[in-house]
Amino acid sequence: MSQLSSADTTTETPAEDEAPVEVDERRQAVLDELTRRLGADAVVGSHIEPGYDLWVRVTREAWPEAAVAAKAMGYTFFDFLSAIDWLPSPFGRDMDAQEDLLGDPAPAKEPQPIVQGHAGGETRFQLLARLYSISAGMGVLFKADLPDDDLSVGTWSETFLGANWHERETHEMFGITFVGHPNLIKLYLPTDFQGYPLRKDFPLLARRVRPWPGIVDVEPMPGGDDSEGDGE
Amino acid sequence: MTLLLASFDPPYWLSTLIKVLVISAVVPTTALILGMVFLFKVMSWMQSRLGPQEAGPRGTLQLLADGVKFLQKEDIAPNGADLFIFKIAPLVVLMSTLLLYVALPASAHLVISDLDVGVFYVMAVSSLSVLGVLMAGWASANKYSLMGGLRAAGQLIAYELPMVLAVLGVVIQAGTLSLNGIVFAQADGSIFGWDAIGNPYILTQFVGFAIFLAAVQAELTQPPFDMPVAESEIVSGYQVEYTGFRFLIFFLAEFATAFVFAGVASILFLGGWAVPWLDTSSDWYYVLGPIVLFAKVMLVSFLIFWIRFTYPRFREDQLQSFAWKFLIPLALVNIVVTAVLKVVL
Amino acid sequence: MTATSDPTQLSELAARATDNRVNLDFETEGMTLNMGPQHPATHGTLRIVARLDGEQVVSAEPIPGYMHRGYEKLTEVRSYPQINTLVNRIDWLGSFANEVPFILAAERLMGVEAPPRAQWIRTILFELSRIANISLFLGDYGLQLGGMTAGFYAFRDREHVLNQIEAATGGRFHPNYDRIGGLKDDLPKGWIANTHNAMDKILAFCDEMDDLLIGNEIFQSRTRGIGVIPADIALSYGLSGANLRASGVDWDLRRDSCPPGLVYDQVDWKVWTHPDGDCFGRTWVRFQETREAALIVKQLLDTIPSGPVMAKVPRIIKVPEGEAYVETENPLGAMGYYIVSKGDLVPFRVKIRSASFNNISVVPWVARGAYVPDLISILGSLYFILGDIDR
Repeated sequence: MSQLSSADTTTETPAEDEAPVEVDERRQAVLDELTRRLGADAVVGSHIEPGYDLWVRVTREAWPEAAVAAKAMGYTFFDFLSAIDWLPSPFGRDMDAQEDLLGDPAPAKEPQPIVQGHAGGETRFQLLARLYSISAGMGVLFKADLPDDDLSVGTWSETFLGANWHERETHEMFGITFVGHPNLIKLYLPTDFQGYPLRKDFPLLARRVRPWPGIVDVEPMPGGDDSEGDGE
Repeated sequence: MTLLLASFDPPYWLSTLIKVLVISAVVPTTALILGMVFLFKVMSWMQSRLGPQEAGPRGTLQLLADGVKFLQKEDIAPNGADLFIFKIAPLVVLMSTLLLYVALPASAHLVISDLDVGVFYVMAVSSLSVLGVLMAGWASANKYSLMGGLRAAGQLIAYELPMVLAVLGVVIQAGTLSLNGIVFAQADGSIFGWDAIGNPYILTQFVGFAIFLAAVQAELTQPPFDMPVAESEIVSGYQVEYTGFRFLIFFLAEFATAFVFAGVASILFLGGWAVPWLDTSSDWYYVLGPIVLFAKVMLVSFLIFWIRFTYPRFREDQLQSFAWKFLIPLALVNIVVTAVLKVVL
Repeated sequence: MTATSDPTQLSELAARATDNRVNLDFETEGMTLNMGPQHPATHGTLRIVARLDGEQVVSAEPIPGYMHRGYEKLTEVRSYPQINTLVNRIDWLGSFANEVPFILAAERLMGVEAPPRAQWIRTILFELSRIANISLFLGDYGLQLGGMTAGFYAFRDREHVLNQIEAATGGRFHPNYDRIGGLKDDLPKGWIANTHNAMDKILAFCDEMDDLLIGNEIFQSRTRGIGVIPADIALSYGLSGANLRASGVDWDLRRDSCPPGLVYDQVDWKVWTHPDGDCFGRTWVRFQETREAALIVKQLLDTIPSGPVMAKVPRIIKVPEGEAYVETENPLGAMGYYIVSKGDLVPFRVKIRSASFNNISVVPWVARGAYVPDLISILGSLYFILGDIDR
């Protein structure tokens, strides 16, 4: 899809097959250890990007245990916890200006299918969290599927105290309930705010009110040419 | 000159009127000068910036402009405030400042009231401002003010003692409580027989001077002792609800008190309005006295404000322990040593 | 007269008053102090609801969100160059530093690497933004503690760094200079010599701050032993940057997992840690980091390679499908962007991991039993920027 080539100067693109093998093995070892601790039926998906990162998808029931297991393995640094809503936005690409459609087919009209990313997935909502091990110098990204009709999962805030605020933010943005959280109230939004903003079906009002005029929008110089109207 | 003034014997009401006019002219003027020079220009110079430049030549009339600005502001009092106490609190603070000026001598005869117990009077009257601060803190109906007022109560009362004890050393050495008497004692005294510069008590009472300056810094609630007005925590503390004219009174009181305390310090420790080579009964002092005193006050104020701009502030409990556990014992030791040496030498 | 009437919040506040450092013998009625959104001590609109017992804090709850701009929602409708502009404004004091992890994550997804000259300049500007950010912290911390002169000196010397950033990028505060595949422009003539001068001035400023602030006895008595955060609590909360290094944890993303695109492995430098974990430790570590950053910049300036500053990338950037997370050692801490791309002009989801968010979530834990002035001291030493907390 991308039509680019790397520069002529001596740079080295981090090609996947040139990564040193032992890093790949280290992540594989971490994955194996996690599978051993949590049980093979708890770890339902994984993905390793050699030299960079490890994704592990666990079941919803195993989510709190995953934190405990990872912490025992040395992943003591709590990075972040959030969620991904895999529903393609029902409002379209929001960038439907002439410039963008050059060479592209017209956007599909029927609802797009939900396609998850690394480590797979089956549901619309997925939890995403990252832990890091300072001694190993590696991080692990955890994902978990959440069924649409029961958006609740156990809390990480007993294992990692920092998860307290992250779970509050995920709760108010996506509507996910964290069972066992000491104080699951809104963090950013006012108390009487209704709706879950980061869900894809929550509209971004600015774009509904005024559609985007295009990637390249040029404002005419003041006093330059007399032509009126917004530049485009 | 003395004969001329001796023949000028006004009736009592006229002399009182003159004294009132003098004080009401002098107090704001000194506050203005101190504020202008130190708060604006010296502070800016120390912080490598220019300071106000617009009002008047090189910004010298800035405080006057500020005064006018304050006067024309709306008179706002917070909703739940106890109005009567809220309104008179700044006046109580100003009253204690004005009373202090009564005892300050600018020359042997240029003094509003030459009290025999000048030092005692100054120390006693300066404590009245605590009442005003407490009233302001409580009556503002604001939690920040309350906190500021409570901190101020503790701090101002705590630092009264070191101030008084520091001054006692000077009193022992001079043998009199009268402020003019202390000036005479310094001017006419001698250091082991060498009387070229008189006997400024700063040489022997340097400990007392240091303690007095620290206590003055605390009495003025200036950094490093400005917990009651900690600007970045409780946003002006007990003054936070005061705007316009009432705030101007607090501001005036603070700088005028700085001037008068610096004046007291220069009288007690630096020789006051006298210069060593001119005899104290000379008539020149009608003109020279105020000038000399002013110069010494500027010097001491420079010290006070220099420390103000440099140091971060103490926490309240550190401030209290500094007063009670360090300054007061030190002052007591100073008194004992002074008394012993006074008898021995 | 409480600031909150929500029953869950009230019960939570009450439940927190069980710390054994607080004297509950007298059962005096506490006061709820609202250090509201407008306050001189908070770098922006952060609200802290503190329940006090006299001057001691029983519980302190920060309430962020007064500056929440919805960045994660906005990134779903913006193209990558537009997000670059948006992201500048998260941590506005060291704003070039915000662009870097985002650009690096996008570059990883695209499989592009910037030419060496661009990498050098990127690293230099990264360190310059670190100096600009932390020198303000040093001055501002003095201001919060009452030594206002430090603040003015910091602003004066920071001007030199901002002038250099402006000369190179065109913007003092929001450079918007990084591009996927390189930089917007090359450096102007004479920039290297001027930046050398600016770094010398910064080193002189650091020496001045050492005398004025760090060595000051009152400053030390206000910060030593205050707000101690042990290392395991810090890791559990996700504190990063100088806050973590002040608790004794030797971790620096520039040294340990330097992403391709920054050239810290070409420079000889040192990571500073402090064992105490108190406010003084945090200040001291940041202070040393400023010095170290100036030295790094001087080394990099001497070794800049020549060449182009932009790799060949198409004009309209479509990032291939995939997910990537890049975290770098920003001035405030560890900042990272998790980009989910579906091969489109706009990303599908961008999760912004900002350092101050985790740094401030530790305030309820560390403020129990502290005095009100200590609360200011702790907040100042944790050093947050509102845009970074609220995004």
